[in-house]
Amino acid sequence: MRLRALFAALAGVACIAAASDPAERLPDPAQEAQARAIFRDVRCLVCQNESIDDSEAELAQDLRQIVREQVKAGKGEAEIKRFLTDRYGEFVLLTPSFSAGNLALWGGPFLVVLLGAALLFARLRRRPPETELTPAETQRLQHLGEDETP
Amino acid sequence: MIAEAGAFALILALALSVAQVALSVAGRLRRSPILAGAGEGAALAAFVAVALAFAALMHAFVVSDFSVANVAANSHSEKPLLYRVAGTWGSHEGSMLLWCLALTGFGAAAAGLGSSLPRGLRASTVAAQGVLGAVFLAYTVFASNPLVRLAQPPVEGRSLNPLLQDPALAVHPPFLYAGYVGMSVVFSLAIGALVEGRIDAAWSKWVRPWALAAWSLLTIGITLGAFWAYYELGWGGWWFWDPVENASFMPWLVATALLHSAIVTEKRGAIAGWTLFLSLASFSFSMLGAFLVRSGVLTSVHAFAVDPTRGVLLLIILGVTSGLGFTLFAWRAPKLGQGGMFAPISRESALVLNNILLAAATATVLLGTLYPLIREAMTGDSISVGPPYFNLTFTPLMAALLILLPAGPLLAWKRGDARGVVERLWVAMLLAGGCGVLAIALVSPKKAFGALGVALGGWLIAGALAELAERTRAFRVPFGETWRRLTGLPRGAWGMTLAHLGLGVFVMGAVFETSWKIEAAEALPVGGGLDVGAYHVSLDSVRPVVGPNYEADQGMVTVTRKGRPICQVLPERRLYTAGGQTTSEVGLCYRGASHLYLVLGERREGGSKPAWLVRAYWNPWASLIFLGPVIMALGGLVSLSDRRLRLGVGRRRERAA
Repeated sequence: MRLRALFAALAGVACIAAASDPAERLPDPAQEAQARAIFRDVRCLVCQNESIDDSEAELAQDLRQIVREQVKAGKGEAEIKRFLTDRYGEFVLLTPSFSAGNLALWGGPFLVVLLGAALLFARLRRRPPETELTPAETQRLQHLGEDETP
Repeated sequence: MIAEAGAFALILALALSVAQVALSVAGRLRRSPILAGAGEGAALAAFVAVALAFAALMHAFVVSDFSVANVAANSHSEKPLLYRVAGTWGSHEGSMLLWCLALTGFGAAAAGLGSSLPRGLRASTVAAQGVLGAVFLAYTVFASNPLVRLAQPPVEGRSLNPLLQDPALAVHPPFLYAGYVGMSVVFSLAIGALVEGRIDAAWSKWVRPWALAAWSLLTIGITLGAFWAYYELGWGGWWFWDPVENASFMPWLVATALLHSAIVTEKRGAIAGWTLFLSLASFSFSMLGAFLVRSGVLTSVHAFAVDPTRGVLLLIILGVTSGLGFTLFAWRAPKLGQGGMFAPISRESALVLNNILLAAATATVLLGTLYPLIREAMTGDSISVGPPYFNLTFTPLMAALLILLPAGPLLAWKRGDARGVVERLWVAMLLAGGCGVLAIALVSPKKAFGALGVALGGWLIAGALAELAERTRAFRVPFGETWRRLTGLPRGAWGMTLAHLGLGVFVMGAVFETSWKIEAAEALPVGGGLDVGAYHVSLDSVRPVVGPNYEADQGMVTVTRKGRPICQVLPERRLYTAGGQTTSEVGLCYRGASHLYLVLGERREGGSKPAWLVRAYWNPWASLIFLGPVIMALGGLVSLSDRRLRLGVGRRRERAA
């Protein structure tokens, strides 16, 4: 199921690392590399979840041209991205912004770590029971010792 | 006639699953072994019936019976036999039937192999598995029946998506589904334990083999998918953090956490509630994956058999089954015991830490996949969550986990000795540092993160070997003694070493390929060439080829290094005539563990003579990316063959004692 079936129409046409096309390339390799780095963070808006670096769709080609022209004109990455988000909204960038609306998105994983750490800490602080091992545990321990290497 | 028999068998399977639930529940309530035994028999019979239905569908595909709607929509008489067979699970309806086959298959296995379980737990588990079977069979029969006939059969079918016509992808779904659905037994066992209100070492011992089997199959399934994406999509990548990929990755992460937490529950009786929670979560994530992939709620490059109406049904199934499971959990789990004590530095703590980090990693993937949907529903803003998000969240979490990993197996239960662990790992630390230094010194361009990643891979591999050396007391006792200990190691220990080693191999390959891949593309006329890394690629000829159901331009590309020929590959650009789609067949030239990856692109007119867009990638150590998970899955299977995990062994010994 995973990685199955791009729908056919998209398939052969859209899924080719289109940005490497020599016909589109910038003459200055440093600028070209900068443009490529930006491409990887820009979504091809009409495709099924692809960056413009990968897509052969016409819109992706247009976006690449815009980005390359701006890189050539000496604009910085932040400036170019702002230009794109002003035109197309936050949807166009593959990196979600660090904004209040994305707090749960960025904070969620770390909240899970904190919560887990707190639970572990509480578990470790629990008072030990009267005897270290219950009879059942002693028995289990013996039982495990029979076929267990440390 | 055969299709009708298959459709009948499918309905029979549904009836048998319902009977399985009724008989097992009655057997449990009345404490009647006869009724419970009948429930187990129904589970076996349901599996046989689904297998018959599946065989009937496969027959219709093999003989190209286009009067069956599913065959007409997804097959073509010119397709090679392998892909006609694979077409059985190439559509929504067929893949749900495969899902049901795996579900009833695991149900039958659980019923048949359950003789070592306490009677009550066994009946409850078989009943829970029966509920899952009945729900999914009802869905297949009433909403997604693959064996429906057409009133006016077409002369020719509409063919299978050409991208799916690939050997790796033909066998990818069966592995993946077996992995997804293998988690259903774990889910049912958890329900059984909650109903019985009891969880003990025997229960954990029972959960582990099922979780291991499902995890190994899922690992293979995901790896096959990644390998397919790598060489079939023709853009050199193997993982894109696409929602559909994430859908398969989440159950894998949860299953990995479960494998580790179940050890703590088995050996020390601790964190039983958490182990139960993971058991319920793993199959819930499998069902979530089935829903996400089919419902079309997410845009994905791999969207498959999208159908919103059926998506709603799958969402209801997911909500009801896992909702009931977790409600039962909330009600009964607090009554379960807390288990033994352990110190902050101990094997238990290490495994709990592993689980915290894996849970956080799962949360990352879940949030990254669903957050755009949630945010759009709540505020109307649409955002994208792409690979950069996962690189910033998932990667550091995993790095932390991998740094801690080699220490875990060296810590003692209850109270570990941190200094002793460091003493046993200093050689591994030196080796890992050496790997990093070598990467900085020898590989250009110099990349700090790449070198760190290589060091991490080396740390995992050396750590796994250090643990093996510790177990065999290598270099401290005579070689003969080490050898004796090595051959006497339990399979479970080998399994763990292999799995951790495989992870190291994967990290090594993934980091190396990502950091130091080289890409080149030119429009080449015949006779032209381009350089990629140390290699020169020249396009010798392009000729038309006609396949069984496609036409292609086939390029002959020679790769040379310093003038010496290295290899010759034949990349193709195919046009599938039945559907009018274009695909590329990548030419792969293997150089040790590295690949030279060659793609023949579109034909360009203009200029004096025609040219073809040729793209070449140097993917260093790319083989390790796929070899690593294979070693991990192998570790799972080796561990599964351990005598201690073999079902029923404990029981027999108890009886003897």
